[in-house]
Amino acid sequence: MAYKIVASQCTVCGACEFECPNAAITMKRGMYVIEAAKCTECEGHFDKPQCVAVCPVDNTCIPA
Amino acid sequence: MQKLLQLHDFGGPGGKTLDDVRREAAQTGCSSTGGSGKASCGSGAGQGDLPPEIWDKVKNHPCYSEQAHHHFARMHVAVAPACNIQCNYCNRKYDCANESRPGVVSEKLTPEQAARKVLAVASTIPQMTVLGVAGPGDPLANPGKTFKTFELVAATAPDIKLCLSTNGLTLPDHVEQIAAMNVDHVTITINMVDPEIGTKIYPWIFYNHRRIEGVEASRILSERQLLGLEMLTARGILVKVNSVMIPGVNDKHLVEVNKAVKSRGAFLHNIMPLISAPEHGTVFGLTGQRGPSAQELKALQDACEGEMNMMRHCRQCRADAVGLLGEDRSAEFSTDKVMEMDVNYDLAARQAYQAKVEQEREVIAKAKQAELAKLVDETSDIKILVAIATKGGGRINEHFGHAHEFQIYEASSAGAKFVGHRRVDLYCEGGYASADGVEPILRALNDCTAVLVAKIGICPKDSLEGAGIEAVESYAFEFIEQSVIAYFKDYLARVGKSEIRHVARGDADIRQGAFTET
Ligand code: SF4
Ligand code: SF4
Ligand code: SF4
Repeated sequence: MAYKIVASQCTVCGACEFECPNAAITMKRGMYVIEAAKCTECEGHFDKPQCVAVCPVDNTCIPA
Repeated sequence: MQKLLQLHDFGGPGGKTLDDVRREAAQTGCSSTGGSGKASCGSGAGQGDLPPEIWDKVKNHPCYSEQAHHHFARMHVAVAPACNIQCNYCNRKYDCANESRPGVVSEKLTPEQAARKVLAVASTIPQMTVLGVAGPGDPLANPGKTFKTFELVAATAPDIKLCLSTNGLTLPDHVEQIAAMNVDHVTITINMVDPEIGTKIYPWIFYNHRRIEGVEASRILSERQLLGLEMLTARGILVKVNSVMIPGVNDKHLVEVNKAVKSRGAFLHNIMPLISAPEHGTVFGLTGQRGPSAQELKALQDACEGEMNMMRHCRQCRADAVGLLGEDRSAEFSTDKVMEMDVNYDLAARQAYQAKVEQEREVIAKAKQAELAKLVDETSDIKILVAIATKGGGRINEHFGHAHEFQIYEASSAGAKFVGHRRVDLYCEGGYASADGVEPILRALNDCTAVLVAKIGICPKDSLEGAGIEAVESYAFEFIEQSVIAYFKDYLARVGKSEIRHVARGDADIRQGAFTET
């Protein structure tokens, strides 16, 4: 399981990039994307997905 | 008079009183025994009773010294996009409403690009003395990028002062590094010290890997802000506090905030008006929360002024602003252009330029003192506001039709005191002036008795006069404060001879925030 970013909502603020414990979030062609293979939904690190918690736009980081 | 030498009263009780300064103004020549034992004749340009090490930090900083903002420029680099709190006056999709004008997304830079841009700007604009990181998110939510940028700049352009603006949430964690990097100034945005009030401003914070909401969020934020402030001032780092004035939410409370930050050593307090247009898509914009009027803002600033220095020349600059305050040259320094520019960083030339500016400031200060001396017998309690069209250098040197903003001075028998600025849309768009173009300007200057300009056309002059505002060209290219005092003296004389009648003016619209178009 993994999370994804809804591109149409993302403001490209970059807040999620620093918080991901797995460095799964990177900038690709001007947009942030989550690499599904690296995303663990923050299991074992935090009790909530960090990208969801920090993202200022609701429903932008959602389960893929 | 005390207040017009913006920084003079920093020393608190030891500072000069109005009477001291008037007495000095009345004396001819220089007294060498000011409160601090310094020659007082040049002091209008600045130092007053500030300790030398502090004066050294502020004298060329356009944000810290009202005097300096006529002459020195700053730049921001947008390296810090992420934020760790949410403010109801912010929509990050449109930049930080706190430090930037919403509506245009900044170009985000890597620290390497930013450092190159700083060098390019510094070699083009010798009066650029300060580099700030102010977002568009929170610089300390992006500590890696922020400190890397400072490190690169310090290595290549050591004379540039570094500063950063933060919401304060993670400030205590970074104070050591801020001190180690010789960051001169930090601005903390503090809108409340009462978490209950905070809940109306901050829906959530992101702290210790969790999103926290409600009173708990504001309590943590407030504690961290005040702790960070104390830690910085304990290390001798100058701290300015920004507050956004939100009528009905924190307007009365800001007097308490002012006391709280002053007692923790904050050096300057900058109360800014809320910007909340519905089209910015902020919570406040959408709920119809209004911003303050010019009189409300000034009344609050005046109420806090007895407590400490108030900053009134803030332009709520964009996170990528470049140039003198109120001027934005960022378009000249886009990443593409900067990468192509021939960068020749000439430290000696910069210093020579800045020394010349210093001399000019002395001249301006002396001219003002001389003019002030002529006011010494005036005891009228009349106060008027005078608007100035200027493009910098401390002179009245802008055409009415080309002014993007007007600087507002309060003239009284105590002298001329800068009280703010009013941003206006360009009246003379594309070379021709439209008749309805002047209406919004009249609204913005409605509380002013006169506007001093380098030049003005017949049409707008008539419109201004119809609205009871006198348009004056006779001080064209003269120094601002000296001219305001001279105009005021003339005004009093005319009132005395019953040529004109002094009337109290109404309130005005304010529209602050940096512009991007030129
Ligand atoms: S859920 Fe966690 S691991 Fe997955 S992308 Fe978001 S922050 Fe990274
Ligand atoms: S935090 Fe949200 S808005 Fe910001 S870059 Fe990540 S997904 Fe986009
Ligand atoms: S601190 Fe600035 S960027 Fe962060 S939410 Fe507040 S206004 Fe927006």
